[in-house]
Amino acid sequence: MSQKILLSEKKVSIILHRLSCQLIERHLDFTNTVMVGIQPRGIYLLERLVALLKEKKPSISLQTGKLDTTFFRDDFRRSEKPLAANSTEMHLSIEGKSVVLIDDVLFTGRSIRAALTAIDSYGRPKAIELLVLVDRRFSRHLPIQPDYLGAQIDALQGDRVKVVWSDKGKGDIVYLEEKETENEV
Amino acid sequence: MKTLSVSHLLGIKYLQLEDLHLIFETATHFKEVINRPIKKVPSLRDITIANLFFENSTRTKLSFELAEKRLSADVINFSAAQSSVKKGETLIDTVNNILAMKVDMVVIRHPNPGAAHFLSKHVKSCIINAGDGTHEHPTQALLDAYSLLEKWGDLKGKRIAIVGDILHSRVALSNIYALQMLGAEVRLCAPKSLLPKHIKELGVSTSYDLEQTLRWCDAANMLRVQNERMDLGYFPSTREYSQSFGLNGNLLKKLRKEIVILHPGPINRGVEITSEVADSSQAIILDQVENGVAIRMAIIYLLAAKLNIPIQ
Repeated sequence: MSQKILLSEKKVSIILHRLSCQLIERHLDFTNTVMVGIQPRGIYLLERLVALLKEKKPSISLQTGKLDTTFFRDDFRRSEKPLAANSTEMHLSIEGKSVVLIDDVLFTGRSIRAALTAIDSYGRPKAIELLVLVDRRFSRHLPIQPDYLGAQIDALQGDRVKVVWSDKGKGDIVYLEEKETENEV
Repeated sequence: MKTLSVSHLLGIKYLQLEDLHLIFETATHFKEVINRPIKKVPSLRDITIANLFFENSTRTKLSFELAEKRLSADVINFSAAQSSVKKGETLIDTVNNILAMKVDMVVIRHPNPGAAHFLSKHVKSCIINAGDGTHEHPTQALLDAYSLLEKWGDLKGKRIAIVGDILHSRVALSNIYALQMLGAEVRLCAPKSLLPKHIKELGVSTSYDLEQTLRWCDAANMLRVQNERMDLGYFPSTREYSQSFGLNGNLLKKLRKEIVILHPGPINRGVEITSEVADSSQAIILDQVENGVAIRMAIIYLLAAKLNIPIQ
């Protein structure tokens, strides 16, 4: 398995700033907006964006939640092991609100489909948008596209896109782990 | 992700400590699910579950049915009273006929100890024991332990008393196994006639004195006197039983400490527990019922994951 940097610290930082600006542009004071991080890895991106939004607009109060989609996935019983759940923290209603779903990597789109079903349990939102840091293009199984996009990348089927979130909030890096081909030693 | 070490839930005896932790962890997620405005997840939409109750039950049956429905499984119910069992059909035949209708899982309650175990050997389906005679009632023990864990965080070194009709109780045996596995100390308190002879071999202590037992314990599980299973007079009268082994407010006040009160239900108010105690803040009886649904969802979910993968 070889590893190379897809997005450096600096690039990730620039992208996060841009994404937060785009969010402000569309949601203004965020009174009717709920930002929902998808477990397990979308919540780190949510935390980063919340910090940036508060920095840019200290007056706003953000409504956020963490959503686990395990029990809504379509691959239960399709693998040897059951799907492990993570905690869901949705202490709010999304009735009539604009929801921004947040995840780190958009790949097949199946997690997002599960999230769209799962979010239904908390009311009927006015609209749902999708924000992702990395879009693995040309690998979608479902007709799902992001509304806010960090970067688009090309990766082969067996490759893994790994987003490493640093503890201190700075120094986040995106790696591509390439599966070694048979010709390579 | 870990999986359960078993493919059926026949009793706590067959489970490992890791299984218990996995069930509790999964149940915590399902508890959150059943507190949502829409309390349903689609995980088991391709699974059919048969609830076979050869013995009366309200709570367990409703709890199982609700757990199954909240996981989106299809459910069929069967109670022996209106069935061909009355016409002389054997247990294996009954179950095989139901399975021929493409049922994936069977929840069974039966008056004979070992019925679930027997079925698991003879039919091709996942079996969940919902109580077999005086033997085991694993889901009850799991929800009792879970309710205590929720209260305390850890059961290591905790002292738990099981009081009442131990002889006829499947709850007692399953509770002993589960609580001991989680590191708790168990004491049984009952009239001599309602304590099985060799029960001490399970590593529990026994007592015939309720007040002393209550002073010793951190939590007391008050079992119901199972009159329906009593073919002999095990004690002179209900009044005398409740005077010696019934839990009342005065007894609790005398302890000068707060113990947790559990009851597997249904309660015989005024016999093993007075209304004052059952409705007090120390009693977590209704928490047990709520947790029962979450625990059963967790068990069904984890066992369903071990069923054959449907589409290849």
